[in-house]
Amino acid sequence: MEKHFTDSKVKGVSTGTTILAAIFDGGVVIGSDSRASIGGEYVSSKTINKVIQVHDQIFCCMAGSLADAQAVTKTAKFHLSFHSVQMEGPPLVVAAASVLRELCYKNKEELQAGFITAGWDRKKGPQVYVVSLGGMLISQPVTIGGSGSTYIYGYVDAKYKPNMTREECQQFATNALALAMGRDNVSGGVVHLVVITEKGAEHVVVPGDKLPRFNDE
Amino acid sequence: MSSIGTGYDLSASTFSPDGRVFQVEYAMKAVENSSTAIGIRCKDGIVFGVEKLVLSKLYEEGSNKRIFNIDRHVGMAVAGLLADARSLAEVAREEASSFRSNYGHNIPLKHLSDRVAMYVHAYTLYSAVRPFGCSFILGSYEKDDGPQLYMVDPSGISYGYWGCAIGKAKQAAKTEIEKLQMKDMTCRELVKEVAKIIYIVHDEVKDKAFELELSWVGEVTNGRHEFVPKDVREDAEKYAKDSLEEEDDSDEDNM
Repeated sequence: MEKHFTDSKVKGVSTGTTILAAIFDGGVVIGSDSRASIGGEYVSSKTINKVIQVHDQIFCCMAGSLADAQAVTKTAKFHLSFHSVQMEGPPLVVAAASVLRELCYKNKEELQAGFITAGWDRKKGPQVYVVSLGGMLISQPVTIGGSGSTYIYGYVDAKYKPNMTREECQQFATNALALAMGRDNVSGGVVHLVVITEKGAEHVVVPGDKLPRFNDE
Repeated sequence: MSSIGTGYDLSASTFSPDGRVFQVEYAMKAVENSSTAIGIRCKDGIVFGVEKLVLSKLYEEGSNKRIFNIDRHVGMAVAGLLADARSLAEVAREEASSFRSNYGHNIPLKHLSDRVAMYVHAYTLYSAVRPFGCSFILGSYEKDDGPQLYMVDPSGISYGYWGCAIGKAKQAAKTEIEKLQMKDMTCRELVKEVAKIIYIVHDEVKDKAFELELSWVGEVTNGRHEFVPKDVREDAEKYAKDSLEEEDDSDEDNM
C-alpha cells in the first residue's frame, strides 16, 4: 500500500511492508520484512513475522492492516484445518487461496488486508497466488506486494527467471527484500524467508547485519 | 425375506426391538422395485448403464433420464423413486458447485459422496420426514486421482467400488460384473460390456420395452461426463444383442 495513503486510511497498526513470493524449480520461496509501524511514524515492532503458516506446506504473507490480516489468517487457518480433515489429506494451495479470497471479498467493506499465498501440493506442485484488497485471486510465478514493493518492480522484472535453483531463488528474494527495505521507510528489520518444497517448509531468517549491501551503502 | 415390523415401522425415528429401522429398510425395497442401473470403473474412466423401462409407447424417446450430470467431471445414475433421485441430484449439484466456489477446484468424489450421504442420512432420523427412496451411483474422472466410483443407499452410507449394481436385477448384474477384468479395460471396451450386462439382466417376460441409457466419463471424454455418442451406443447395443444370440445358440448346442 502506498505510504501516502496509509496514514488516513489504515486503522491502527499497519504493515507498511514488503512481501514477496517466487517459484523455483521444485519449490517456492515466500518472504517479508519485519517492521510494523503506526502511521508511518513509529515502529511498533522491529521483528514481526509476517509470513504465517496456514497449513503444513502453505504459507501466506500479510499486507495492509495488521489486525485485519491476522483475523483473516486465523479464520482461514481454522477453515483449512477442518477442510483437510474432511478431505483426509492436505488442502490444495488454490483451496487455501480461495478461502482467503472468499473472506476478503465477502467482507471487503470492513477489511483492509491483502495476501500472497504460496505453497506446495501434490497436484500442481509449487504455486503462488495473490489475493488483493478487494478479493481478486490470481496465480503468478513471482509476485511482490506491500508499500516497499514499488521500489523493486524493476529489480524483480529484470532478475527473476523461471526454473532457478533453490539457492538462486533464495538469493534473489533476499536481494529484492533488502533493496526494498533500503528505500521504503516503513519496511525494515530482518528478512523472513520460508522455502517450501515437496519435503516440507524451512524457515530462514537473514538478520540485519547479514543482509546484502549495495553500491550506495 | 420380508418381515413385518408391526408397530415399530411407522416412523423413521423408531427402532425395532432387534435394532432395525424399518422405514429405512422399506425405502431400500423401493429401490429393489426399480429397474437396474450399473456403474463400472475401469483403468481410464467410468461407464454407467441404466435399463430404463418404457411403460408407454406414447413416451417421447429419451425422456425421464436416469443419468444426471452433477458437475463437469461427475455423473450420477439412479434407481428407485425418480422424483426423490432428482431432488438428490440437485443437492449434489449444489454441493459440488459451492465447493468449487469456496475452494477453487473440482470437488473430490469421495467428499461429494460423503456430503450427499450425510444429507440422505439426515432424512432417516426424524418422524416428520420419510427417507429417500432411491440409491445412486456417483462416478468421476480426474487426471491425477483417476476414475472414482461411489454408491449411496437410502440409509445414508456411501461405499467406493470398482463395479456396482442397484435395482431389481442387482444380484444377476453383480454376478456378471464380477466376471469382468475391469482394471485392465479401457472405457471403449467397457461400454460394450456394460450394454451386454444390461441386456442380460433385462427380463423379457416381465418387462417389455426398455431403453438403454449409457454414459461415461474418463480419458476418452477428457474428463467430462457425457452421454455416450450415438455411434458408440449403437455399436455397444449391437455387440450386446449379438452376444445374447450366441449364448442362446450355444445353449441349444449343449443339449
